[in-house]
Amino acid sequence: MPDTAMPILDVKGLKTVFRTRGGEVHAVNSVDFHLRPGELLGVVGESGSGKSVTMMSLLRLLPSPPAEMRNGTVMFDGQDLLKASPAALRAVRGSKIGFIFQDPMTSLNPVYTVGFQLAEPLRAHMGMSKSQARQRAVELLKLVGIPDAERRLGDYPHQFSGGMRQRVMIAIALACDPKVLIADEPTTALDVTIQAQIIELVKELRQKLGMAIIWITHDLGVIAGIADRVMVMYAGEVVEEGPVDEIFRNPQHPYTRALLKTVPAVRGPREERLQVIEGQPPIMHHAPAACSFRNRCEFAFDRCAREHPELQAIDAPGHRAACFLLDQALTQTPEAVDG
Amino acid sequence: MADITAGNGREGTVPLVKVRDLKMYFPIHAGLFRSHVGDVKAVDGVSFDIMPGETLGLVGESGCGKSTVGRAVLRLYDVTGGTIEIDGFEIAHVDRDSLRPKRPMMQMIFQDPQASLNPRMTVASIIGEPLDEHMKLSGEERLARIYELMDWVGLNREFAKRYPHEFSGGQRQRIGIARALALNPKFIVCDEPIAALDVSIQAQVVNLLEELQDRLDLTYLFISHDLSMVRHIADRVAVMYLGRIVEVASREKLFAEPLHPYTQALLSAVPEPDPESERHRKPIVLQGDVPSPANPPKGCNFSTRCPKVMDICKQQEPGVFDFGGGRQVACHLYAESMTKTAEPTGGDTGN
Repeated sequence: MPDTAMPILDVKGLKTVFRTRGGEVHAVNSVDFHLRPGELLGVVGESGSGKSVTMMSLLRLLPSPPAEMRNGTVMFDGQDLLKASPAALRAVRGSKIGFIFQDPMTSLNPVYTVGFQLAEPLRAHMGMSKSQARQRAVELLKLVGIPDAERRLGDYPHQFSGGMRQRVMIAIALACDPKVLIADEPTTALDVTIQAQIIELVKELRQKLGMAIIWITHDLGVIAGIADRVMVMYAGEVVEEGPVDEIFRNPQHPYTRALLKTVPAVRGPREERLQVIEGQPPIMHHAPAACSFRNRCEFAFDRCAREHPELQAIDAPGHRAACFLLDQALTQTPEAVDG
Repeated sequence: MADITAGNGREGTVPLVKVRDLKMYFPIHAGLFRSHVGDVKAVDGVSFDIMPGETLGLVGESGCGKSTVGRAVLRLYDVTGGTIEIDGFEIAHVDRDSLRPKRPMMQMIFQDPQASLNPRMTVASIIGEPLDEHMKLSGEERLARIYELMDWVGLNREFAKRYPHEFSGGQRQRIGIARALALNPKFIVCDEPIAALDVSIQAQVVNLLEELQDRLDLTYLFISHDLSMVRHIADRVAVMYLGRIVEVASREKLFAEPLHPYTQALLSAVPEPDPESERHRKPIVLQGDVPSPANPPKGCNFSTRCPKVMDICKQQEPGVFDFGGGRQVACHLYAESMTKTAEPTGGDTGN
């Protein structure tokens, strides 16, 4: 993908706060990112790091209250989605931007047939007639590799296996030819052999349809295989982003490095003892005024508690990280930071 | 199916856990009179040994029966058939009263630490409950033991009066581990102990389990779908598919050179956190889904999805071929080569 292409989705300063009885929780803290046409952006982070909330905020899918979008702009198709009218937003949701959720069982409606659920966006967004929608639904099921598509339109979600249900979810998300597909942990609930099927399917569909994809996951292996660019999130902030090879070869943020080391491999040399990241991710009751990772970071020093690190560029194009070590690294050799 | 008897790896020692031809069927009732119309064959003839101090990894996809094996081995179910011997005691077919005194030596760590801890009990009462049930301790001894257990699993003693909801997932799993350790067990079934935890917390819990194993000389049956974690923690690995074990081998051999087509597909499907090798990885993508255990296919259970399927696979159950060194594979592919060698390999390939 050429780096110069205009982003199809441009997010700036996104800030989402949940107002709970236990006080405010700052789930997304000034997140900036962009997505170029045809690109696959991988979003990595642990639970609670704000990856899902960020993506839900884009389409204002979070119930408010308790969620509150405090700040930011989400430019898509020449309009700011955060300021768009409900009608304009509805025209985008499920149509120009498709969404695939983690659990295919809970995101499909159990009392409607799969055919009905596939036809719903087609009739709502594309104004298709019943028979047109049915025809398109059959095409879509074939596209995602569901055998015997015509007959299966009349089946209910419980009659499909987990992998097949996720294929149905993908078919629904693709129904209106979206420009952007947001996939929130689409393979986490699936077995590895089924995951492999779905990943192959997504790779194939990308080539065929050319949409841009945001793929949220905590599985670094999956990301390594499919992403063009990776964004690492921690405590509601982007701590590092860059091209996939850069992130895995040359990770700069201590959190990214630690995350890469905690995962044992199935191939290659075996570690005697797993590396751990001690402690727990913080619960953000306030907007971060310092580095949120400092309490778990082995390289933390006094400045990390005083100031808030901003994303800054590193040598490789498009690679940025938010860490004060980078300032030091400029004056020292990179090995010294490697510890 | 003939026996796959995992556990020839260490000659000369007596296995702590010895399971032979374990069957666990769940009846299906249907119709007006709820008559018995069939069985879900969740576990259909599984055999393995676990040596003292060893970790046997049990891997497979959801629905393959691995958790049922774990529960059946501890007699949390009344098994349909087969024998289970733990530390020399046959437990598969004894009544509850004679089983009860054996319970302390075998314990379980559950997948979901949220669901397996009573939300209305404090940490101290959760960890202390097995002590009340099986030991006669004074209040002081009891508290001392609870504190000791909390130290072992890395929980701050000050948290003893707190309730499960006040802890994070990783800490809750530590409470579950402390409870499992309370009665000095010899054998612990870990049923997906890290599946519900975040990656950075998984490593903490796995390291803790390894530390405790060294310190207390524990034997684990480690059930997981996470192949990379099993490779890390297990000494030997058994791979299950649709109620049966298809391959057993030492960790090194299984991951270096899987022999059963299902193991090969399973391992090739695991993505690796390395973009360069991911570009060259060609996963064996299996077609279709796992058949229902209520209606398994004729012949080899894997024959409906196997990329190397032959005619014989659809008619006949494969025998089990012993490759020596504790490695066994249930697949027709090896029938020819193994009959040619005629005599069983005597473990000379063992390491």
